[in-house]
This record gives sequence, C-alpha cells and structure tokens, in this order.
Amino acid sequence: MAKEPVAVVGIGQTKHVAARRDVSIAGLVREAAQRALADAELTWADIDAVVIGKAPDFFEGVMMPELYLADALGAVGKPMLRVHTAGSVGGSTALVAANLVAGRVHGTVLTLAFEKQSESNAMWGLSLPVPFQQPLLAGAGGFFAPHIRAYMRRTGAPDAIGSLVAYKDRRNALKNPYAHLHEHDITLAKVQSAPMLWDPVRYSETCPSSDGACAMVLTDRAGAARAPRPPAWMHGGAMRSEPTMFAGKDFVSPRAGKDCAADVYRQAGIADPRREIDAVELYVPFSWYEPMWLENLGFAAEGEGWKLTESGVTELDGDLPVNMSGGVLSTNPIGASGMIRFAEAALQVRGQAGEHQVAGARKALGHAYGGGSQFFAMWVVGAEPPTT
Amino acid sequence: MAPAAPGARDVAIVAFGQSDHRRSTDELSEVEMLMPVLHDVLAATGLKTGDIGFTCSGSSDYLAGRAFSFTMALDGVGAWPPISESHVEMDGAWALYEAWVKLQTGDCDTALVYSYGKSSPGSVRDVLTRQLDPYYVAPLWPDAVALAALQARALIDAGDTDEPALAGVATRSRTAARANPHAQLRGSVPHGDYVVRPLRTGDCPPVGDGAAAVVLAAGERARRLCERPAWIRGIDHRIEAHGLGVRDLTDSPSTRLAAERAGVFERPVDTAELHAPFTSQEVVLRKALRLGEQVTVNPSGGALAANPVMAAGLIRLGEAAARIHSGASERALAHATSGPCLQQNLVAVLEGDPR
Repeated sequence: MAKEPVAVVGIGQTKHVAARRDVSIAGLVREAAQRALADAELTWADIDAVVIGKAPDFFEGVMMPELYLADALGAVGKPMLRVHTAGSVGGSTALVAANLVAGRVHGTVLTLAFEKQSESNAMWGLSLPVPFQQPLLAGAGGFFAPHIRAYMRRTGAPDAIGSLVAYKDRRNALKNPYAHLHEHDITLAKVQSAPMLWDPVRYSETCPSSDGACAMVLTDRAGAARAPRPPAWMHGGAMRSEPTMFAGKDFVSPRAGKDCAADVYRQAGIADPRREIDAVELYVPFSWYEPMWLENLGFAAEGEGWKLTESGVTELDGDLPVNMSGGVLSTNPIGASGMIRFAEAALQVRGQAGEHQVAGARKALGHAYGGGSQFFAMWVVGAEPPTT
Repeated sequence: MAPAAPGARDVAIVAFGQSDHRRSTDELSEVEMLMPVLHDVLAATGLKTGDIGFTCSGSSDYLAGRAFSFTMALDGVGAWPPISESHVEMDGAWALYEAWVKLQTGDCDTALVYSYGKSSPGSVRDVLTRQLDPYYVAPLWPDAVALAALQARALIDAGDTDEPALAGVATRSRTAARANPHAQLRGSVPHGDYVVRPLRTGDCPPVGDGAAAVVLAAGERARRLCERPAWIRGIDHRIEAHGLGVRDLTDSPSTRLAAERAGVFERPVDTAELHAPFTSQEVVLRKALRLGEQVTVNPSGGALAANPVMAAGLIRLGEAAARIHSGASERALAHATSGPCLQQNLVAVLEGDPR
C-alpha cells in the first residue's frame, strides 16, 4: 500500500522575540498560521484538519490550550489534535500532520507549534518537584552540561569548539529576519568571554527564551499541483523514543537518535548523508550539541563531529551548512523550535530561504529532540517528489 | 473522511484493559497504576513491547501537577530498544486516533495505546478551569460542574429534559455499573443534594484515578491476535468554538458531524458507549447521535460510574470493543469528549465480523 506523497506548500512564522506583549496566545498563533496560508495562497476553508503542538502547558499556565485556540486557528467544525512530546514536539507535530496526508485521511492539513514563554516562567515550568527528579538540576543547561563534558572527554575535542558554533549560528541569525537574537556586534572573542553558566556552557552558547509560532500547510499530490510556489516534498520522517534514565543509556549519542536517523535515511533512500544532504537544521540549544548530533546522525564518524565544525564545513558557505537560520541558539520558542527546524529545511529546498539560502539545496534534514535526550523527530525534504 | 473512503485500511481493537477506578490511589504512582493495565493487554495478545509497531499515549501535565509527566510512563513501557512513539496532551481516545492514522499509512501493523489520569492529588473541578480562555474566563475560576450546570439549565429551559429524567439517567448508569468490576460507583445511589443547580450529586461523575490501554492491529494481523476483532469501521473527531456564549449548549453539532463522517448513520448500532460525565450531557449526545430506545447506552455504567480524566474517553472505545469481542454487540458506537460542555467530540463505529 503506497503512501500518499506529502508536500509542504505553505510556511509561516512570527518574528521571534523575548516578549510579544502586543498579542494574546491566540493572536500569536494566528499570525503564523495566516502567513503559512498566504504562502500557500489558501484560505481557512481549504484546511481539512489542524494539528497543534507545544511543550509543557505549564509554560503558559493554560491546560490543553488547543481548546481555547480552536477559534483562532479556524478549527471550528474540523478535527484538531494536540501533540506533546517535550522538546521534540514541533517536529512530532509536523509528522503527525504529515501522517494524516500520507494515510489519505485528509488532503490538506495546517500544522502549527508555538510557545509564548513570556506568559509564564519556563524555569519554573521545567522545575519538577522532588521526589520526581533530583533537585539542583538548575534548568535544562544543568541537565545537559555533564553530557557535553562526557563528549569532550570521549573525543578529545578542544575547548573552543562550542564557541565556534555559537559564533556561527548568531551570525547566521543576522541573515534571518524572523530570528530572535540579532547580535550585530557579535565577535568570537565576545562569545568566549561570556559568563560561564554551566561549565563548559557559556551564556552566549545557550538558547534564548522566545515568544513565537511556526506553521506549515501540508498537502497531497493534488494540492501540490495547485501550489503557487515550489513545494518541499517529504522523503522520510520518523520518531523514536527511549527511556529517560537507565544504566545502558548513552546520553552523548542516544540510540533513539541513531535509529530515528537510520529510519529516515532508509525511507529517503539516502546511503551517505554527508554527501547526499545539502543543508541541515539541527536542534542545538547548547552549542556543543552541533558536533554531538553530527555524529549521532551519521554526518561524521564517532569522535569526528567537532572536526567538521572546526574546519568550517558547517558554516553557511561550507560544504555541509548547519543551522542556516541561526538555529535554536538564536531563536527558542520551545514548543515551536522543532517545527522551525522542519520548516527551515523545507524553505531551503523550496529556494525560499532568502539571505540564508544555501545555493542549490536539493535535500535538507530537519531534526528535533526533547526530554532527557530521549525523544527524536526528523524529516528529510527534497525539491523533487519522492520516487518510491 | 478516510474511514468510509475506499482504500482505508481495516484496523481493529484487539485487546482492552483498564484499572479498577478508585477515589484515590495515594500509594501508587501513575506508572504503577498503569503498568498492570499494559501487562494485561500485552498478555491478551501475546505481544511484547518490542513487537509493537507504534505506541501512543494520552495524559495531562496539569492533572499530574508537573511538566513532562508522560516521560515517566514511557520508562514504564520499557522503550528499549527505542520505539516509534508519540503522545497527545488529550484524552487517550485521541491517542487511539493518532495510532489509527499511523496504521493507515501502512508504516506498521500493530499499535499500543494507553492513557491515565489521577484526579485525587488536586481538585479536578478547579484544575479544569485552567482549560478555559486564559485572559477572560479562567481568571473567574468557573468550575467544571458549574459549566455543566449551565448546560443542564439550558436543556431544561428548552424542554429537552427535566430533573426526574436526569435522575433516570443516573439510576440506569449506576445500575448497569453493577456488572462492571472496574467501576468506581456501583449499584443504586441516592440522587443526592444539589451540587450546582440543577445538577445533584447523582448527575455528576465521581472523581477518581484510573488507567486504560488498548492494542490495535491491521488486517490479518488483527485476526491472528483476537478471536473476534472489533473493526474500526469509521472514526472522526471535531471541535467547536470555545466560548460558551457562541454555542447552543443544547446541541452538539461536532458530535453529529463526527458521527456522519464515521458512518454512524449508515446502519443502526446496537450499543453506544457515550462519554457523558454529566447526566444532562447524555441527553445532548443521544439527540446528536439519533440514538433510539432500542440502543443499549453505556452498559459499562459510563463516566457516571467512573470518570478517570484523560482515560475515560479511551475506556468508552475499549468498552465498546469488549462488547464486540464477547459477541454482545455486532455494531457499537463509541464516543469521547474533551473541553467544557462537550466542546470536542470523537465518534467511532466498531463492528464484529458477520456471524
């Protein structure tokens, strides 16, 4: 039974900022959705179903906000699903929407992810009460810093690699009008002299807290034929999950990430991702995760990821550009961050990425992860429809 | 509208399990409450975690009072080697829907669906107010019973029901629950005092903790796993406007539309498991679904006998499937709801093979 091919025909996002005090949550999501519809030259009436995602409800203090958002997203009278898979949710949400099209349940689906972190306090939203979690983890950075240390020890990577990633991503963000951080005076020296937050992670190597939303219109072959601009075609998509904590878990390179990538590459017919993928949007909330994920996803051999970063391969004009948009390091509305990665990958193969466009990008990877490096969602999109 | 569309893949519920629903389970974590139920459905099918093609769960952080509450349950599932898995912050009925969609893509042949909720740690009436419009309504803390009472009052004013008729619904449900060993309230109970007029104790669901799980399978795989699979002939869900002021509370157009799309009206059903936590909501749903007196409604006792929030909808699908499995039903309807006053509704039609 062949699946229906899935095309991305509309992409919209808000300008991401620390606090959107001018709009409600409903206003924020509607802005992104309307931009995606405008890109696809469709109206609310053309949408068959809505799939929405965001990270924990405690981030805004609204329980199951999709109920309240039904009106704002034109969902009244339609099916509406709400996905939540921690930090990977933006990617998972897009994949659930894609399955609705691939399984021929609906023809055209609006998918959207958001976070309006200014409505609440993400630090508290993430602070699980004792005894459910060990105290003094001090937010996400406190959880991930030891795993970065483990990576450095394991690979012998020089201390400077993390700052190179942050310097690159923040410069890329200057070319992306929707990015949250636009640090026009950024220098490598500034990154390297930023205060240390969770050794080895410096202030400039961490993601900001953003308000923002990202939306996509996904459609079937017939919908793609009517699209006004080139669609991005989904060549593969997968989710993988593993337990939070157990003795056999490799926090540096989780098996769920490897398995997820392998599944996506198999679907997309990719044997050598380093050569066959032209542009990569990775979920990198702390700079060191770029080399770590390059290894986890098979772009570099184990222990070699930092060498790609160091040699400039992952720069915007490098041989394998990573986080052309500025990445999570420049823009982090948590629930939307995964979908932004998926959307940026699609923008690249549509040739619609503006100043941060990679010339001739034909295949791109969007990647998201969440929880304690345990939830993974990825897709590969291409400029051409899939052949299988 | 794939359910009735040509080419839709045959998918069935092949196993269903649920916990005993209780007012309070202080001695159990959510994971401990869930694990026996997961073991039940896996044992019933002979499947192991590693054999399952896709896993999807439903739960709410707000009930648990902590972010990422579902991650602990995933540890309990034993997701190693890593599994293909997803989660909806919704009732498990919608997790089942996501799993059904995944099976429609042909990516896998089996799926495990589970959901759970513990209402006992907090005041669920208050917790549910946090579902409301956060700027204009939630700050007023209108609780779930008060909103349901508004709907009941609208129904009585419209002449669609009266208090004795609502009492009749309560009595029938609690009587039916006598045959349900998992129900929290069984047997006759007094109609009780008013909680919020016109709703009395008997018109309202019990507050309790519980979990449920089902296994789905496609085509021949379903026949191998279950003697009499409960085929999902149609499934659809729809949402309405959030604001109570813009809805006719005596009607449920989203239920009717979902039922149409699921093919409910093509042939009569013999059984209906309705997720109606309040007696008055059964009146609304019966009308929207055009259920006559010949249909057995909520033989399990329904949500009036046990209403573990986030699992109660999935239990309706499971109870309907169990009736097919046992041969007590040929064609059953299952319904799940979410949001204040039946804002969001899911309807499925389940059938056994002809005998």
